[in-house]
Amino acid sequence: MAAESFTPEPAATKRRFTADSLRAYTMLFALGLIWLYFQWMTVSDIYPYGLFLHPLNLANLLKQMSVTGVLAVGMLLVIVARQIDLSVGSVVGLAGGVAAMSQGYGLFASLAAAILIGLLIGAIQGALTAYANIPAFIVTLGGLLTWRGVILYLSKGETIPVRHPVFRSLGVALVAPVAGYALAGIAIAAIAWLTIGRHAARRRHGLSLSGAPAVALRIVGPALLIALFVYWMNLQGGVPVPVIVLLTVAVAGAFLTSSTTFGRYLYAIGSNPDAARLSGIDARKYILAAFCILGPLVGLAALLHTGRVGSASPDAGGLMELDAIAACVIGGTSLMGGRGKVSGAMLGALIMASLDNGMSLISVENATQYIIKGVVLVAAVGFDMAGRRRG
Amino acid sequence: MNAPGIVAPLLEMRDIVKDFPGVRALNEVSFDLRPGEIHALVGENGAGKSTLMNILGGVYPHGSYGGTMYVSGEPRRFTGVRDAESAGIAVVHQELSLVRELSIAENIFLGREPHRFGIIDNEALYSRAQAVLDELQLKLEPHVPVGHLGIGQQHLVEIAKALSREARILVMDEPTAALTDPEAASLFRILEKLRARGAGVVYISHKLDEVFRLADRVTVIRDGRTVETRDTSAFDKATVIARMVGRDLTDLFPTAVRHPDDVVFEARHVTVEDPNVPGKLLVRDVSFSVRRGEVLGIAGLVGAGRSDLLMAIFGAHPGSSSGEFHLDGRAITIHSPADAIARGIGLVTEDRKRFGLLLDQIIRDNITLAQLHMAGRFLTDVDAETAASEKASKEMRVKAASVFVNAGTLSGGNQQKVVLAKWLLTNPKVLFLDEPTRGIDVGAKQEIYLLINRLAEKGLAIVLVSSELPEVLALADRILVLHEGRLTGELEHAEATAEAVMAYATGQRHAAMEALH
Repeated sequence: MAAESFTPEPAATKRRFTADSLRAYTMLFALGLIWLYFQWMTVSDIYPYGLFLHPLNLANLLKQMSVTGVLAVGMLLVIVARQIDLSVGSVVGLAGGVAAMSQGYGLFASLAAAILIGLLIGAIQGALTAYANIPAFIVTLGGLLTWRGVILYLSKGETIPVRHPVFRSLGVALVAPVAGYALAGIAIAAIAWLTIGRHAARRRHGLSLSGAPAVALRIVGPALLIALFVYWMNLQGGVPVPVIVLLTVAVAGAFLTSSTTFGRYLYAIGSNPDAARLSGIDARKYILAAFCILGPLVGLAALLHTGRVGSASPDAGGLMELDAIAACVIGGTSLMGGRGKVSGAMLGALIMASLDNGMSLISVENATQYIIKGVVLVAAVGFDMAGRRRG
Repeated sequence: MNAPGIVAPLLEMRDIVKDFPGVRALNEVSFDLRPGEIHALVGENGAGKSTLMNILGGVYPHGSYGGTMYVSGEPRRFTGVRDAESAGIAVVHQELSLVRELSIAENIFLGREPHRFGIIDNEALYSRAQAVLDELQLKLEPHVPVGHLGIGQQHLVEIAKALSREARILVMDEPTAALTDPEAASLFRILEKLRARGAGVVYISHKLDEVFRLADRVTVIRDGRTVETRDTSAFDKATVIARMVGRDLTDLFPTAVRHPDDVVFEARHVTVEDPNVPGKLLVRDVSFSVRRGEVLGIAGLVGAGRSDLLMAIFGAHPGSSSGEFHLDGRAITIHSPADAIARGIGLVTEDRKRFGLLLDQIIRDNITLAQLHMAGRFLTDVDAETAASEKASKEMRVKAASVFVNAGTLSGGNQQKVVLAKWLLTNPKVLFLDEPTRGIDVGAKQEIYLLINRLAEKGLAIVLVSSELPEVLALADRILVLHEGRLTGELEHAEATAEAVMAYATGQRHAAMEALH
């Protein structure tokens, strides 16, 4: 009878896994190469070991990255659900501008204005996409023009300085070294607690368990990285506030995508909207929700950016949508939906920021910078596709 | 091996080896095709038939496999599909390669449109397409967009497209899976005509009746190896099946004694409108009920509205529909699949790749998807999900390295088991199965039959739609027959014969009224 003679399915199937991790390692390796190159190129009399990874420059690089990173987390949710948002750059300009203009109503009102504008725009564009069936590409392409027009109108083309010190500090301030270590301690404790809890849960469900050394490594490895990072940043006065903001957003995003039903549905919708619908999932609701999460994150990114620059110019945020999309895509997110992780998007954002920062350090011309970034984006995806075909 | 070469083979594939990462899909497979021959290639899904034909068709170019291939005695090394096509090889895949927005004629000549200086000569295009259709005796209008055709007709267009290339070697992969009997019969006539003209046909099918009716020779492959090639006259079905599965399949349809209980689900006056053609009804005033522990079969030809009926009840039909539903005696309303699932209804759809699976997500996430939504929590518990999906896929005997493997990498039978596991995890009271064994191999089919019996024994009410009549006749306690959207007959298991069902299905008999009263 049918039952006895089963052979296990050939292991053709493990392929995706190895391909995915191979991809992650390749990207890390590429980042390593980029860092080594810029480090070597920035060796000078003042910085005999190179300037690029010097705490001062690294802090600067991470401050730049935090804006793109926050946008990329939100963008990832939308792309995973097979949507896109081209308007985020213009919304950064609008939200930042309105925040700067409303400083007169107090700090809270000013910050809240940016977040609320982001949420409102996310809700409008999400609703048009999900419920009016207008493709997200069109809705947000319209948004790109509309919101830029709105801020040009509101600001009358003028640049507005940021006066409130707390607003400014969002983009540039450093966390006191002691507080930095305290945060690191909390993060490490959280990692240890989650890792051990996970181990216990797997035992409870009768799943295969990894040995004690592997578990210990999973705690000690990240712990060392966190400690080293805070130490390094403290050498120049402390971890920048925007970096803490980005890390918080990224952890929340990773949690949302990996540990909530909402996240799972986004992957399901992006992977096969019809199958998701027939499994009882109301795709429209979750697509709207994804836009409504991206929106406030754009508002937050606008605050970080405006704070860092110290003023809101009406053309702020131009092309930021492309940086955010590029970060996701370099990090392995598929524009066809259903594939992509926050960790990948962060790696992508870090690669983009490293290229930006490094090329400025070694005085690469602006024109050349654009070309190199463009080539890197296409090459990264081309490499990914080639790897997948071979797989 | 074969009769000594009276005629030089049209095609010879010798010692073909094809590796995929971690698995050898073909291991020294040899296959030949003579002019004027229909050569059936049979084997379970995953045995390597499609891989072999992809090598023949140039999908896997020379260099990506081992062994040699001779066409008309000359060694050939195809660099791609075009290359194979120009060598006179045409492959009709199981999956359609038609552009829905283009017309029948444009599809038939896609990529080789008659043109002058790069401008398409539409008169030539349509007159030539008409000629192709006429020759095949297909009553289709070449101007009609392919998207307007039914799935069976689309398959016929696909076949016409292949034949229009005047291929000398024609490969057909499960060509009748979506065809009605008359459509299949006209396909057989075409193939016989081609054979008479000296072309060679490779015929891949799970349907052994067809194989024995058509083929001159049969080659069985199993687990990437050629098991045996023989003249059809020297084979019998039982032997072929035994060679395919490597074991004797005594009774394909397990018998079960069932005692259906109270009515669980009742649908009254279901009517469904065609979303593309306003006013046209796909289902007209169909009523039925199904009992706890009962398997209710729904038979009918393609286009009779069977799938539309199930989709409409499930709240998933794109067209507008009406009807009353009762579950456990209480009236319920269903506006969306979510409603249906919440009430305890599950639907295994006809097209599992399009509607059933998240192909690029892992097995675990596929299995838990509907249950996850039903539970309505915000946080997932991935370890609980892993445990539950491992248990479910073990029960269903899903053949996979782990539940962390993408559903798209599985064979058809295993994919179907994943879909079934998904629905069983929601603990349904009523399970709709729409063509649950389409395109899956004999072994997996039997497992699904056993599962259907087991579920019915446990008290699940099952509605089974199938185009394979023997399946419905063997499994169903009661059979409803639809014809052009109407319920034309209802038969008890004991009185159901293929002839009786077909009489209702073709509209020759109407018993709906008597059966209902």
